[in-house]
This record gives sequence, C-alpha cells and structure tokens, in this order.
Amino acid sequence: MTTSNELLVVTSSPHVHSPDSVPNAMRDVLIALVPALIAGLYFFRLPALAVIVACVASAYAAEIVCLKVMKKPQTGEVSAIITGLLLAFCIPPHLPIWMAVLGSVFSIVIAKHLFGGLGQNIFNPALIGRAFLLASFPVAMTSWNSPLDGMTTASPLGIMKEATGQALPSLVELFLGNISGSIGETSALALLLGGAYLLYRGHIDWRIPGSFLGTVFILMSIAGGIKGAGIWYPFFHLFAGGLLLGAFFMATDWVTTPVTKLGRLVFGIGCGSLVVLIRLKGGYPEGVAYSILLMNLVTPLIDRYTRARVFGRVKSHA
Amino acid sequence: MKKATFRGGIHLDGHKELTGCLETVVAHIPDRLYIPLSQHIGAPCVPLVIVGDRVKKGQKIGASKGFVSAPIHASVSGTVVAIELMEHPGGSFVPCIVIENDRKEEWAESVTPRSDPASLTPDELRAIILEAGIVGKGGATFPSHVKYAPVEGKIVDTVILNGVECEPYLTTDHRLMLERSASIVAGLVYIMRAVGCDRGIIAIEENKMDAVEVMEKAAAEAKNITIVVLKEKYPQGSEKQLIYACTGREVPVGGLPLAVGVIVNNVGTASALARAVELGIPFIGRNVTVSGPGIRNPANYRVRIGTLFSELIKQSGGYVGEVEKIIAGGPMMGKTVFSDNLPVVKGTSGIIVFTKAESRSSKEFACVRCAKCIDVCPAFLEPTSLVRLSKRKAWEDAEQADAMSCIECSSCVYVCPAQIPLIQHIRRAKQAILAAKARPQG
Repeated sequence: MTTSNELLVVTSSPHVHSPDSVPNAMRDVLIALVPALIAGLYFFRLPALAVIVACVASAYAAEIVCLKVMKKPQTGEVSAIITGLLLAFCIPPHLPIWMAVLGSVFSIVIAKHLFGGLGQNIFNPALIGRAFLLASFPVAMTSWNSPLDGMTTASPLGIMKEATGQALPSLVELFLGNISGSIGETSALALLLGGAYLLYRGHIDWRIPGSFLGTVFILMSIAGGIKGAGIWYPFFHLFAGGLLLGAFFMATDWVTTPVTKLGRLVFGIGCGSLVVLIRLKGGYPEGVAYSILLMNLVTPLIDRYTRARVFGRVKSHA
Repeated sequence: MKKATFRGGIHLDGHKELTGCLETVVAHIPDRLYIPLSQHIGAPCVPLVIVGDRVKKGQKIGASKGFVSAPIHASVSGTVVAIELMEHPGGSFVPCIVIENDRKEEWAESVTPRSDPASLTPDELRAIILEAGIVGKGGATFPSHVKYAPVEGKIVDTVILNGVECEPYLTTDHRLMLERSASIVAGLVYIMRAVGCDRGIIAIEENKMDAVEVMEKAAAEAKNITIVVLKEKYPQGSEKQLIYACTGREVPVGGLPLAVGVIVNNVGTASALARAVELGIPFIGRNVTVSGPGIRNPANYRVRIGTLFSELIKQSGGYVGEVEKIIAGGPMMGKTVFSDNLPVVKGTSGIIVFTKAESRSSKEFACVRCAKCIDVCPAFLEPTSLVRLSKRKAWEDAEQADAMSCIECSSCVYVCPAQIPLIQHIRRAKQAILAAKARPQG
C-alpha cells in the first residue's frame, strides 16, 4: 500500500522487458551443443572426454584470470565455456592435452580479452585457437583416428583431397558421425539437431547457415557435375569436415558476424564460397575455419555497406 | 486479408483483457480538482481567475499565450480556493488552479449547443477548436488547432484517426470506439472540413475487431471514410509508422506528417472535438484506464480533468501487493511518477500500477552484437551503433547516423538481452545534437 508521503520507484521507459537475457542465450547455446557432445563422446570415448574437459576448464580459468588481471568484474557468464567447448569440437580427439590447453588459453587471452573482452573481439575465439594450433602443430592437428576403435586413419576430406585410394565413408556414416574427424564435427545429425534448436529459440538468424550451406551445396553440385560425380558429391561436402559445426555454431556467433540481415546473407555466401575454394583449389582438405575467420575480418565492412536505409530517407515528394 | 503494418517492431503481451471488456464508468467527481495551467506541448496558460472567484463548469480559467498553446477550463462548478505549484504527471512542477467543487454542476454561459455545425467554415472550426482547448489525446498533447492551420504550399489529402492503442494495458480508445462511435466519426468529418480534405481513415489494430465492426457501422453513412485494420504490433500507433501502414507514404526524415499530406489525430481527440463543435463543451474530461497487476479492480473511467490519481485508485479498490511503480500512460512510453498525488491532465491515457513482482533486475551486460535492436527498430536505425557513438560523445557521427530519426518507442530496450538502456544513450545524443544546433554560430 502506498501513501502520498512514500516515494515510488521511478525509472525511464520502457517499464516492461522481454524475458531474453544474455545468460539465457548462452545457456541455450550450451544446450544446443549437447547432441554433438554426446556424439563426440560416443565415437571418440575417453581421449575426447579428456580434451573436452581440458579445453573447457582451461578456457574458464583463463577467463577468470583475465578479468582479474584487467580489473574487470567477474560476470559469471558462460561464454568462455562455450569457447572452450567449441575449440574442443574442432580439434582431433587424440591431440595431446597440453596442446589443447594451450589453444584454449590462446583463444581466451589473445583472441578475446586482448581485443577488449566479451563483445569486442573481431575473430571467433575458438577458431583463432584452432588456427593457432594448426599453425603450431600441423602434424598433431591433422592426425586422425577412426571412431570407436581409435585406429590411425585419414579424414574423409583428406581421402578425397589426396586421392589415396582409401574407400570414402558412406553418406549414412557421414550423417551419423561414424567417421574420423574432430571431436564435435563428425555427426551431421547431432549438429542439425542443435542448429534447429538455436533457430527455434530465435538465437541465430537462418540467413547465415542457410546462405553458407546453400552456397556450398550449389557450388559443389556444379563442381560435382564437372567432375562427373553424382548427387552424393555435394552432400558429401555438406556432411564431411566441420561445415555444419561452423555454419550453425561459429558463423552465427553474434559478436563476430554482421548485424544487418543483408549482411548476414553476404557473410554466409562469402563463407560458403571460400570453403569451396579452399577444399577444391587450396592446399588444405578443409577450409571452414579459415573461411569464417576471413569473413570475420570483413564483417565491419559488410555492416557498413549493407546498412539499412533509415525510415524517411526518401526522395522528396515535392 | 493481409493486414497493413510497418517493418520492425515487437509483439507485446497486451494485458488488454483486464479492462477491454469493461464499459467506461463515470468516475466519482472529487471535492477538489487540481487543474494545471500547462497540459499541452507549448506555452503554459495565464490564469484568468483569482482565489475566491466562483467558476462554472466549462468556464475558461486559463488563457493560452502564443500560437502553440491551448486554453484550460473548469471541469466542475465551484470556488477557486488556491493557485499553487503541484507536481504534474509529466515530471515538472506546474501552477494549478484548485477548485472546490460545489456539486451544482452549473454550466458556463459559453457552453451552448450549435444549431448549424454543418455550415461552419474551416476558420470558424479552428477557432472553436482553439477555444475549447482541444489537444491530442494520444499522449503528446499537441494543440489541435495548430495542426489544422494551413501551411503555405502544403496540401492535406488524408486525415487518419489513430485507434490503434498499441500500448499494453490501455483500453480507453478501444472503449471509446465501442461507446462513442458516432461522435468519433462526426469529429473526423469536422477535422476533414477544417483542413479541407475529403479522405478520412480510422485505423484500428486487429485485436479490436469488435471496435472495427462498430466503427464500420458508424462510418457507413459518411462519405470517403474507411476503416483500416492493422496488424497487432508495437509501435503501430506511432504517427509515422501509422501513416506508412495506412497510405504507404514515408514521412521524410525531420519532416512532419504534413510533408506527405497527412494529419493524424487520436480517436479520442476527434470525439472531444465533436462535442466542442456541436455542444460547445470544452475539453474538461477524458477517459482513463486504471490497470496493472497492482490494482485490485482495473477499470476504464470517464474522468474530470484535475481528479487526483489517488481518487481513481481508491475507486478501483485500491492497491494490491507491494506497489513499486505508477506509470502515467502505457508501460512502453509512459512516465513513472513519484506518488499518486497528481492530477489527471489532458494527456493522461492510463494509470498503470506495477508491484515489486514485475520489477526485473537490470544487470547490464556488454553488447554482444546480437542485432535484435536493429531487427526491431521501426525507424531502421542501428540502436547499438548509436549507443557506441553516444558513449564516445561522437555527436556529429550520431547525427550522420540519423540519431534524430529515433522515435523513442523503446522497442530496442525491450528486446535487448544485455539490458542496455539504449534509449537513454540515444536521447543524450539527440539532446547534444539539438544543443549544438541551438548554439549561435560564429
């Protein structure tokens, strides 16, 4: 009960707010990563678990230390856990633990906090961690093991690139994830489930995964046609490697991708084109990480040139 | 049928069910009324009475000074017992004429019905509207006669009545359309005559189909008046967004609706105007929704100007729960007030009470560039970019980025998951830009 003497709370409008919050969104991203986490643990067992735990724990620890050293408040939010998990998802399951830790710390300290922390980084931190590890330890980062039995093998994209004569896995195996590859990238099914959840919750814009995957599919269909390969060829490229992981979880990172709708389409098409270019003409069998990092670099430019026309900026009616 | 709308905006929980189906009831008229000398945008009035004067209902007690101004009138008959400073729902302290109600309800001699309202000329209509103190009832309280004044080289071809009422909780316009449809249509016809145009539109959101039906019936006889049903979306009732939805015309940046040949008025304004033209009754009362989780019995009232908020809240069964905020107007653009000891003024569309249960911790996060603010901005701005410029005090850059086009609808703040008070930063930039413009050059 109020009285005329008691002062009420006075705030600026609006006085209602959507229930959305940054911590809720981050929690949803973690939930969306669970299917791929389960698939990764199922196919790659204890070594994968060790790498995941190492990446997540060291990322979170690096975050706390960074905030402390930079005298910033501890926010308690989980973005560092997401970064650690995403890094673990795009490195091989048998990578030595110390390398995983190094990559994770590099992601948080160099790619995130030295750029100003949450919301300020230019590049996706997990991908910078991966690129750093690939440049530093090229052999360890490209040594693959078969799922379940852990035998040394080549990745499906590696087999295709090098034309080693090894048999390519079937599309079904690619879809389920029963193939060699990075921890979280092999199961297309799990990644699609997670991506669908993020789309359903409204945290990501369909324009990025849509244009990214669409571009790869169309260009690979053309390339497949030229090579005389069948319709399996573009599907192979959709499901193999880190494409789905990148398209749903990394190219959609709010911080490092365009803020305009048109810009997101440009971004996705750019990523897709670069992936095709790298996979078909580049030196690496896989190009998802670099394609996204390169497009991160031009994000401010895309934003600038795709800015909407302000309401009322019309030609004079006179 | 695809319903017209604008691009951007948000979907809000309307809470209209609390009062939407409740007939407007005449509020108890209190013993004392507090009538502020400024209830409109523009110059305040000068009092025409002194303490001890007897006044009659409808008598002019404050005269407008300057062109953009509107006179005020006694809302009851009685005695002027004080002229004192009082807090106004707008936040400032304003001199108020305090009238002790004698309960005789004696009309002023000036209030006489007109026998031939249909033969009035535009100039006569504007004079009547000015004398009756008619201002926009939607909240901005812009004096209506100014809006209708002819401007050299500008032709008005459409008058739009705003019956959108997109703010949550508010249902006064909804009820008015159901209960006073004939006077709304009559008011629209007078406005069309005053500005010399022959196309009238009454715009209503799709969540009020009963009002659409009633208004269609009421307007069936009138020539050139159409009812336009709009999508339910906030801020559908915002002037520029409304004009776009109804006519497809975009008011140019920095321009008035007049620039595209349109005048927009609230449905309540039209109704008040019809009463003034036909019956000679000035603006002395209005409808107010008293609602929100902190009110025991939410209701729509017909209220005399100068009635205290506390009186209306008492009539609504008082407060429930731990009251935290009282909002004058709607929860998206209304202003919170320090106490309920404030008078209802011409722009008071609602009194919304929130309890502690509705309050939300406002822990601010860093912007994570989620772009939700950009997606919803009905002016197609980049609120987060403007905030960045505002924080850096880059006022010229903010002006370049069209900060002045912000309509302050607060949709961006509503959706921001980082709870950044974007609107305050943008307002600051706007203030700085205005100040730089006002500064004498050289």
